[in-house]
Amino acid sequence: MFKGRDIISIRDFSRKEIDYLLRVAKKVEETPEDRLKVLQGKIMGSLFFEPSTRTRLSFEVAMKKLGGEVVGFSEPALTSIKKGETLADTIRVVENYVDVIVLRHPLEGSARMAADYASIPIINAGSGAEEHPTQAFLDLYTIYKEKGRIDGLNIGILGDLRYGRTVHSLTYALSLYNDITLYLISPEQLKMRREVLENIRDKLKFKEMLNVEKALPELDVLYVTRIQKERFPDLSEYERVKGTYRITLSTLKKAKKDLILMHPLPRVDEVDVEVDKTSHAVYFKQVKYGLITRMALLGLVLGVF
Amino acid sequence: MKAYRKLRVEKIREGTVIDHITGGTALAVLRILNITGHEGFIVSVIMNVPSKKLGKKDIVKIEGREISPKEVAEIALVAPKATINIIRDFNVVKKEKVKLPDIVKDIIKCTNPSCITNSPEPVKPVFHVKSKDPILLRCYYCGTILDKNAIIKQF
Repeated sequence: MFKGRDIISIRDFSRKEIDYLLRVAKKVEETPEDRLKVLQGKIMGSLFFEPSTRTRLSFEVAMKKLGGEVVGFSEPALTSIKKGETLADTIRVVENYVDVIVLRHPLEGSARMAADYASIPIINAGSGAEEHPTQAFLDLYTIYKEKGRIDGLNIGILGDLRYGRTVHSLTYALSLYNDITLYLISPEQLKMRREVLENIRDKLKFKEMLNVEKALPELDVLYVTRIQKERFPDLSEYERVKGTYRITLSTLKKAKKDLILMHPLPRVDEVDVEVDKTSHAVYFKQVKYGLITRMALLGLVLGVF
Repeated sequence: MKAYRKLRVEKIREGTVIDHITGGTALAVLRILNITGHEGFIVSVIMNVPSKKLGKKDIVKIEGREISPKEVAEIALVAPKATINIIRDFNVVKKEKVKLPDIVKDIIKCTNPSCITNSPEPVKPVFHVKSKDPILLRCYYCGTILDKNAIIKQF
C-alpha cells in the first residue's frame, strides 16, 4: 500500500490508507526500541531549502531510531543551489546516494515536481503555504491515540484558518471520517477559505464562529493555531482580537473534562503556560506522536513495515 | 423584419466556422488563433446573438484557414460548447464539438506566483479538469483552482 510511494499531499490518501498508517504507528509505538532497527543500511536524504527545526529533527531522529542514516542540508545557501542549480537537478543527483528523500522547499508544488523526477520515494515536509501531509498524519494519530477514535468527534479549530497550511490539510483529512462536527473559530479576516469549505461541504458538518466560548462545552478536541501579527494591516485590530483567541485556565472552565488541546507549535502566547499542567494539554505529546508517525511512514515507504 | 433578424454574414467558400462560442468570448477565441486582422484573410465576428442553447452566443467565420487540434483544445477552455465546422466549396465537410481534455498541459499558466511552474525549474504547467461546466481547473503541482475568468485573461 505504501512501499515505494511518494508522500506529497494528504489528498492522495484514502481513509483506508490513513487508518492503516495509524495502525502501523501504534505498532511502532508499542515495539521496544531495540527491535525497531529495521532500516539499517538505509540512508535518508534530508533536503531542507528553508529553515525548519522541528520537522527536520523529527524526521532525522525517526530515521536514526529505525537504525538508518541521514545525509543532507538545512542551509541551502552553502550548497550548489546557491550556484543556480535547479531543484530537478539536485533531486536527480541526490537520489543516487540515498533511499528516500525528505524535502522542504518554499515553492508550492515543489514536492510533486521532485517526485516526478525521482525514482525513489519523496516525502513532502512542507512545500510553500500549500501542504504539510505528515503534520496532518500526526494530528490524526494524536486524536486517535488520545480519544481512541476519530469518527463522531466534535473538533474545534481555532486561530488563523485562512493561511495556516496545517489547518487545511487537517480539515481535508477529517472530511474522510464519519459524523464529525467541525467548529471553525477565527476572527472575520482569518476565516477558512471558501474553496476549502466547498471541498468539505458535503462530507462533514461545520459551523463557523467568531468566539470560542460558545463552542467550548461541545468540544472533544480543540486545535489551536497562532494568529500572526503580519496578517493584520491594522495593528490595533490585532491587539484587539488577540486576547479573544487566547486559551487560559479560565477559558477552559466550560470545557468537557476530557477535552484535548492540540497545537502544531511553535506556540507564542495563544495558549497560556498555566494550561500546560492540565490534562487537556497534549501539544508536547503531539511532538512524540509526530516522531512515531514519521517512523511508521519511513518504514512503510521503504517496505519494512 | 424576419429577414433582418437572420445572420447577415455570407457563407464562406473555404475555411472554418466556429459556432456556439460562449457569448462575449469570440475575441478570446481570435487571440487563441493568433488572428489579429493583419493576416489578410476575411474574418467575420458575430457577438451576443440569441441562442436557444446558450442564451447568447458568438460565431467566428474565418476564410481560408483551418485550425489545428491544439487550437481546438484551447478553444474548449474558453468556449466549452463551441462547434467547429470545416467548410470546403461552401459545404460543411466536417463538424465537431470541441472537447475539453481531462488534463490540460502546457497551454495556460498557473496564477499562483509561488507555484513551481512559475520558477526556472524544468517543469510545464499541468491542470486537471475538476469541472467542465462551469470550468474549473486544478493545478497538478500546487492545487490552485483556476476559474473561467482566470483562464480567459490569459488569452
